[in-house]
Amino acid sequence: MTLAVLNVTWQTLADALSLGGIYALMAVGIGLVFGVLRLVNFAYGQLVMAGAYAIAYASVWGWPSWAGILLCFGIVLALTALMDRIVFRPLRTHSPAVMLVATFAVAFLMQSIAVLAFGQLGTIASSMGPLNQPWDIGGVQIRKIAIVSIVVAAVCLALLQLLLRRTSVGLHMRAAAMDFRTARLLGVRANRVIGGAVLISGLLAAVSAVMLTARNPQVTPIFALDDTIVVLAGVVLGGLTRPVPATLGGFTIGFASGILGGALPTNQSQYLPTFLFAAVILVLLVRPNGLFARADGAAERL
Amino acid sequence: MTLVLDGLRVRYGAVEAVRGLSLEVERGEIVGLIGPNGAGKSSTLHAIMGAAPVAGGDVRLAGASLLGRSPEDVARAGVALVPEGRRILGELTVEENLRLGLAARRGRVNGSALDPAFELFPMLRDFRRRPAGAISGGQQQQLAIARAIVAEPDVLLLDEPSLGLAPRVVDTLFGTLAAIRDRGLAVLLVEQRAQRTVALADRSHVLANGELRLTLGPQDASDIDRLIAAYLA
Repeated sequence: MTLAVLNVTWQTLADALSLGGIYALMAVGIGLVFGVLRLVNFAYGQLVMAGAYAIAYASVWGWPSWAGILLCFGIVLALTALMDRIVFRPLRTHSPAVMLVATFAVAFLMQSIAVLAFGQLGTIASSMGPLNQPWDIGGVQIRKIAIVSIVVAAVCLALLQLLLRRTSVGLHMRAAAMDFRTARLLGVRANRVIGGAVLISGLLAAVSAVMLTARNPQVTPIFALDDTIVVLAGVVLGGLTRPVPATLGGFTIGFASGILGGALPTNQSQYLPTFLFAAVILVLLVRPNGLFARADGAAERL
Repeated sequence: MTLVLDGLRVRYGAVEAVRGLSLEVERGEIVGLIGPNGAGKSSTLHAIMGAAPVAGGDVRLAGASLLGRSPEDVARAGVALVPEGRRILGELTVEENLRLGLAARRGRVNGSALDPAFELFPMLRDFRRRPAGAISGGQQQQLAIARAIVAEPDVLLLDEPSLGLAPRVVDTLFGTLAAIRDRGLAVLLVEQRAQRTVALADRSHVLANGELRLTLGPQDASDIDRLIAAYLA
């Protein structure tokens, strides 16, 4: 059975939705930190990679899958906290360029450590295998992980929206993203807001790690690297400073690459990034304000 | 003494914006700080808030120095700033802007925490669901003051609140400031509208080139010549 008009199968559609959901989580994780720190964390993908290794090694050691997922959350959150302490906080008052280069350095450092510690070839997270089995829904075969990740992404985004809209911490985060200086003058505690945003972004990285590992159990040092670059493009497209546009940007680019990936013949899938990034450049030419819409940098923050 | 500036000096690199300014603001009084552009008025307020580089002197609140504290700590210690240009967060609703003011509240915040703001400015209650960017400039100024008031500060600093407002709106605004003083707050009012400030404030300091040149009382409000002479000195 197919969506005849688009020549897209239901399986492809579900897969694209699920990729869009995961990318949306990563996008909002990157966007939240950018909102309060004006920092694009290029090491975000390496956090996801570390989480994926946690699941893979837990699986190698014969741990049950829930224990692997717990380990993934523990590792990712610990690394997030470490990154915040060692890199983000000390460099917070420096220029965006300094912070950008610093996150690049962290990204390559983590990737090199992974190569040294785990090798280039990678490890299989077989404990996540059952999630790759198909469910039969009305005669259509859809991978469980597709459904699970759509549901998980929707739940996470709804919870995040509740936090941002209904709690004072959420209000403070939104205010800090709009005008950090004024927020602080009103008594919003910078460290708490930044810590909160970094923590949530770490949680979202851990969730993304679980979902991506289930989709692709082959965990290598460059795991999630391509995904992160695509997500960053999506976040820039949507708008970095606001959670909702960032989320939509991430979803859109994930969904688009899912559909294109499914629609393109297998032997032409190498054209996918070409199309995707050509589209990104086109969009930015038309709407350049998607990128760094506000012209303030570290100098204006306190 | 609620707020005391003692020989305050503010320096941005080689530029000395405030040179040894001393003044005091007690509870229940308005102290005006007037002077031409670049006189160091805003720098003084930012230095109090911990948002400008202090090169010397001291800022004390009820005897304790505020120097070296972050802006959020100063706000939480009981000093609220109504910043220049209002700095309303236009994408948030009126109510969200007010709730942001609660960030500096010491102690628990209950459901009626915003009531003082609505009593002072009933208009805000009607508009509380609107985006703050969609209300008029005068209403935004009221919102900025209300946002400072809900923090229950001891000291209220205002940086040119009348800027860009129509004369009738300024009348209302200055009336509100008198009402806020009568609630027992210490108010430090930075203004360009010299005559009106002198008429309202318990005393007004004229600042030029970062130095205090002259102190005027309400009885001097009509004596514009002396004011101008002080400006040109």
